[in-house]
Amino acid sequence: MNFEFSEEQDLLREQAQSFLNQHSPLDAVRAVLEGDQAYDAKLYAGMAELGWTATTIPEQYGGIGLGHLELCVIAEELGRSLAPTPFSSCIYLVSEALQLFGSDAQKQRYLPGLASGETIGAFALAEGPQPATAANLTSRVEGDALTGTKVPVADGDCANFAIVLAADADGGSLYLVDLDGPGVQRTTVETLDPTRSHASIEFSAAPAERLGEAGAGWLQTDRIFDRAAVLFAFEQVGGAHAALDMAKEYALGRFAFGRPIASFQAIKHKLADMYIAATLARSNCYYGAWALSTDAAELPVAAATARVSASQAFHECAKENIQTHGGMGFTWEFNCHLYYRRAKLLSVNLGSLPRWKNRLITNIETSNALSA
Amino acid sequence: MDFNDTPAEAEFRAAARTFLEANATLTSGAPQRDETETEQIERAKAWQQLKQDNGWACLNWPTEYGGRGATPIELIIWNQEESRYDVPTGPFAIGLGMCGPTMIAYASEDQKREHLPRMAAGQDIWCQLFSEPAAGSDLAGLRTRAERDGDDWVINGQKIWTSGAQFSDWGILVTRTDPSVAKHKGLTFFFLNMHSPGIEVRPIKQISGGANFNEVYFTDVRIPDTQRLGEVGQGWGVSLTTLMNERLAVGNAGGADFPDLFELASKTDLDGEPAINNAAVREKLADWYCQASGLKFTNYRTISALSRGTTPGPENSITKIVSAVKMQDLGSFGLDLMDMGGILNDATLDPANLIFQQNFMGAPGYRIAGGTDEILRNIIAERVLGMPQDIRVDKNVPFSEVPTGNS
Ligand SMILES: Cc1cc2nc3c(=O)[nH]c(=O)nc-3n(C[C@H](O)[C@H](O)[C@H](O)COP(=O)(O)OP(=O)(O)OC[C@H]3O[C@@H](n4cnc5c(N)ncnc54)[C@H](O)[C@@H]3O)c2cc1C
Repeated sequence: MNFEFSEEQDLLREQAQSFLNQHSPLDAVRAVLEGDQAYDAKLYAGMAELGWTATTIPEQYGGIGLGHLELCVIAEELGRSLAPTPFSSCIYLVSEALQLFGSDAQKQRYLPGLASGETIGAFALAEGPQPATAANLTSRVEGDALTGTKVPVADGDCANFAIVLAADADGGSLYLVDLDGPGVQRTTVETLDPTRSHASIEFSAAPAERLGEAGAGWLQTDRIFDRAAVLFAFEQVGGAHAALDMAKEYALGRFAFGRPIASFQAIKHKLADMYIAATLARSNCYYGAWALSTDAAELPVAAATARVSASQAFHECAKENIQTHGGMGFTWEFNCHLYYRRAKLLSVNLGSLPRWKNRLITNIETSNALSA
Repeated sequence: MDFNDTPAEAEFRAAARTFLEANATLTSGAPQRDETETEQIERAKAWQQLKQDNGWACLNWPTEYGGRGATPIELIIWNQEESRYDVPTGPFAIGLGMCGPTMIAYASEDQKREHLPRMAAGQDIWCQLFSEPAAGSDLAGLRTRAERDGDDWVINGQKIWTSGAQFSDWGILVTRTDPSVAKHKGLTFFFLNMHSPGIEVRPIKQISGGANFNEVYFTDVRIPDTQRLGEVGQGWGVSLTTLMNERLAVGNAGGADFPDLFELASKTDLDGEPAINNAAVREKLADWYCQASGLKFTNYRTISALSRGTTPGPENSITKIVSAVKMQDLGSFGLDLMDMGGILNDATLDPANLIFQQNFMGAPGYRIAGGTDEILRNIIAERVLGMPQDIRVDKNVPFSEVPTGNS
């Protein structure tokens, strides 16, 4: 059995860590939090230069055609560093969607730009504070024109194009829409995690080109989300471990009642529980990585398992990191809230935890995966 | 990443399967058993002997002590395969998992050659005489005295919670030889014959109704000095060897798990529908699935490290904590799904054959035995995360001046 990453992949991890330590310190994350820019463009260009954006894109479309395990390694490090870039929208969602469902012409048109980091894509599904469903979706394509409003759209304000799920004569399909073209108005919206920028996009008869089969939009979205869930779960595990490390460092250095707070059992047990949650999540992520990289039939179950446990782990580690810091943890100045914000974003961005738990059990019911 | 065995591992697994298929029944097809403890011990001894005759006992022990000299990964493969079969290994768990490794580390060559092959062949059953009424988590607070008398030591005192003492032939024992020094410094470790004069074993009835553990009283029990393991006063270090092996031996609490609850929820009605359609039930199922899956793949990561020939990380330290609490809560929820019938404890009335009742009544013991949840959290915090030890008010105080046990 070989259930760890290979030496080359570990090398990639080290390289990613040292690059991100240098180019994406928490100060850089904070600069995006407090500034006006949608993301750290210099950082993103550097990541593209290292080939991260090109990782899984085939060579014929300008990529380097590595496997998804490499992408998982990068995702964990991005999660650990909280890197403020549109990488996840472009790569976990849009590039995966194009590779799964795009025509050759669509791939030719969009993938090279994603691989080089020069174009940014966004995935637009949500329409306000509720789950988007076939029954309540109001964005609609008539002929080749899309009308409706999507909000929040991660990276919607800096993206050049979007993949949009919209109702149409066939029920619902995915569409490619040029965001710099006619019929598109976008405004940045305020979110709980301003280190990742989000927009409200209003389409008024914007030209739209279908991606994949007519009427298959919901099923395609499920498939895209299964794949993205594994990659986001690695970001969550990276974030969870970073929050745990931060809590530990603080607890070791902070004294109360004449001793380090790390010597109080309530703090020790809290951190032990954070470690347990993060370890379970990591192991589930490895299973997800295996399923993703081998296109296994188990992917829907593995992805939901990874997502549920990684969402829980990141939330637990982020909130208890604040608690461990006492009053300092509640200040804008300390970095604890950066993890807390990101944990919330990542636990709702592909649909909420209750929905993914339900989906996990549904996937087990339909796959008869009980032996797993 | 892959789940495949290396060619050598696959060959080993195939050989293990061939032996098991020829000699045992899969748990899934096993008959209901209603046997006495004596019958179960006989069955366990026969199975252990058969394994040893065929080279499948104590795989990682050296061959001269009755083992096979197998690699850690081969041991894991064997355990994976054997665990699918209805075979009684319980009575030997403590002896082979903890006493044997302690003997290998500390006994003389003659003693090893005398005792270990008998242990490996199931001829002798061993028990662990550590805990006392006043010393459990704080094991070093034990009071059982050993006093030197010529070539012997004379033992007086009491042990408690000794699993399997009622049918054990030998035991490993920690005693206090010097109460005038700090508590960790005055301990000495022995092995002894459980049939020695002066030993009295009294069963303790557990909350589950069974009586697998005992009180063991020592009145002027004589142990030859040759059966001392480690130096006089060095018993704590020897105990740590046993406890380290205990952490390896006490792994997944087991019992009814996700698939059992899934099946129950699919068959049981809740508000006019199968319970599994209920959102609250699904949410709980999902949480336990994630835990079970997380433990399974944590274990795979450990196996991968062994398979590569590297030392596993500390990940597996979480197994007992997570699995024992899961065992308890999942069992309790299974009973909830049975509604008013969830209070029944009668196998003829329960199609699930009381597995949830057994979880419910057995799990509290798993959360305590082999290190309580709280002690294991301390260990994760200290050994894995590198946080400071608890403040020790009894450090550097003579043991005779330290308050211990119940006041
Ligand atoms: C089923 C079963 C089988 C067993 N088999 C054996 C056996 O074969 N041989 C043997 O020697 N022993 C055996 N034991 C004993 C077992 O090792 C002890 O029960 C266990 O170590 C706890 O000790 P205690 O019972 O004295 O509880 P205590 O140590 O008194 O603990 C009581 C409570 O205090 C908490 N506590 C204690 N110290 C701390 C601390 N430092 N920090 C935080 N909380 C603390 C504990 O977690 C627990 O909740 C068995 C126990 C059980 C339940």
